[in-house]
This record gives sequence, C-alpha cells and structure tokens, in this order.
Amino acid sequence: MIPVECFLVLSTLLFFIGVFGFVTRRNLIAMLISIELVLNSVDINFAVFNRILYPGQLEGFFFTLFSIGVSAAETAVALAIIINVYRNYHSDQVNSIENMKF
Amino acid sequence: MANIVVFCILAVVILGSAVLSVMTKRIMRAATFLLFVLFGVAGIYFLLDYTFLGAAQISIYAGGITVMYIFAINLVSKDTLQGLVERFKGTRVAGGIVITLVGLATVGVVLLKNKFIDMSASLADAEVPMKTIGSALVGSEKYQYVLPFEFISVFLLACIIGGVMIARKEDKK
Repeated sequence: MIPVECFLVLSTLLFFIGVFGFVTRRNLIAMLISIELVLNSVDINFAVFNRILYPGQLEGFFFTLFSIGVSAAETAVALAIIINVYRNYHSDQVNSIENMKF
Repeated sequence: MANIVVFCILAVVILGSAVLSVMTKRIMRAATFLLFVLFGVAGIYFLLDYTFLGAAQISIYAGGITVMYIFAINLVSKDTLQGLVERFKGTRVAGGIVITLVGLATVGVVLLKNKFIDMSASLADAEVPMKTIGSALVGSEKYQYVLPFEFISVFLLACIIGGVMIARKEDKK
C-alpha cells in the first residue's frame, strides 16, 4: 500500500485549493463548489486514517459514508436558498445580499 | 508498485481538476471539473479497497449532486451560460493566495513534525467484506451504526421539507 503521508499531502492540497476558491470567488454556486472540494478532502482523510492507521475498524468508513449523505442534503438546501436569492435579488453574487448586514 | 502509479495518476487528475474548477470563469465548466474531482476521489476510495465507499461516492456525489448543480446553474443565470461571468479582482486573489499559503505552511509543519504509526507496508490489498459493512451499518451493538443511520434518514426528510419550503414561490398576499 501507499504510505499515509502521500494521501495526507493530497488531501491537504485539495483542502487549500477549496479554501482559495472560497475566498476568491464571489459567485454563490462557485463558493458552494469550493466547499464541496473541502468536504471531499476531509472525507479522504477520514477514509485514509481508518484504512491505513487503524485497519480492522470501521469508524472512519462510516463517518465518510454519513458525511457524503449529509453533504448531499446540505447541497440541496443550499441550492434551494441560492435559487430563492436569485429570484428575489436577480443576482447570484454574494455582494447582492445585504439585508442581513448590521 | 501499480498502486503508486495509480495513485499518482489520480492525484494529478484530482489536483489539476480542482485548480481548474476554482480558477475557471465559466460556472458550467467549474461544475464539470468538480465532477472529475469527485470521480478521482472515488478512485482514491477504490485504491484504499473501500469499494462500497467508492460506489457511494460515484452514485451520490457524481450522480446526484452534480446533476443538482447543473440544474441550479441552468435555473439561475443566463449570463453564466453564455460565458460572461465575474472577473477576478487582484487584491482578493492576492489575499486568497496569502491565506492559502499560510494555512498550507501550518498544516505542512504539523504533518511533517508528526510521526504516523505507518502500517501500510504490512497491509494486504484485500477488500473489506461487504458482510462486515452491512452488519456494522444496521447493527445496534457496540461499534455498530444503526442510530446514525436512522438519524440521517430523518435528516434527509427534514432537508427535503426545508428545500421545498425555501424554494417554493411565495403566495402573493
């Protein structure tokens, strides 16, 4: 098998690419896509820690499985909110939502 | 050896698609590159011999979430479809790069300072048996997961209701 550091470096890079996208983009859907990248890197970490450091147990496996389910639900709700924002403000940029600013 | 070659290919695909997905200006292309990232991550799960997890990743992420994204993009904006989208502001990109590098340095130091108990050499390339996964998923003993399983079903129901409530048209009063 491949040493654990390779996987961790891969997931770290993926995480920070996601963070970079989240900071840089101002389109709501693009920000959501960046969040998906971050979530995927964390899922890789769970699976890798379970598989390579603790083979024989299944905690990380199920955490990843449930995390995939939760992120599917989260994406559905977030897209519903984005469509609603677009309907009300006719824009899909974050700057357009200013009603909740103090 | 074959494992390492496959891992390198997957890593290149994942990181390249992730960078392109973050940097591209058209939102539809970002969604497409996200699809490639998701397939690559599924490949990583297959490489780790978590076949069930890879299948779940492909069917839920690549099959479900990407389709949802594409529908939302088509519903939201005509401009993005025709390709004229946001431009990157220099200051914001510089700030993003600084934040990313600082975070990367922090995590890198933690990663390099840490010694992992590496059992990868002694690990056989054997698939986790489906029977073990199934009985752990719906068993109620110690280290078995029927309670989160049920919770997530309730959670999905709540999300369906919430999504319908949020996205439906308001009644004109």
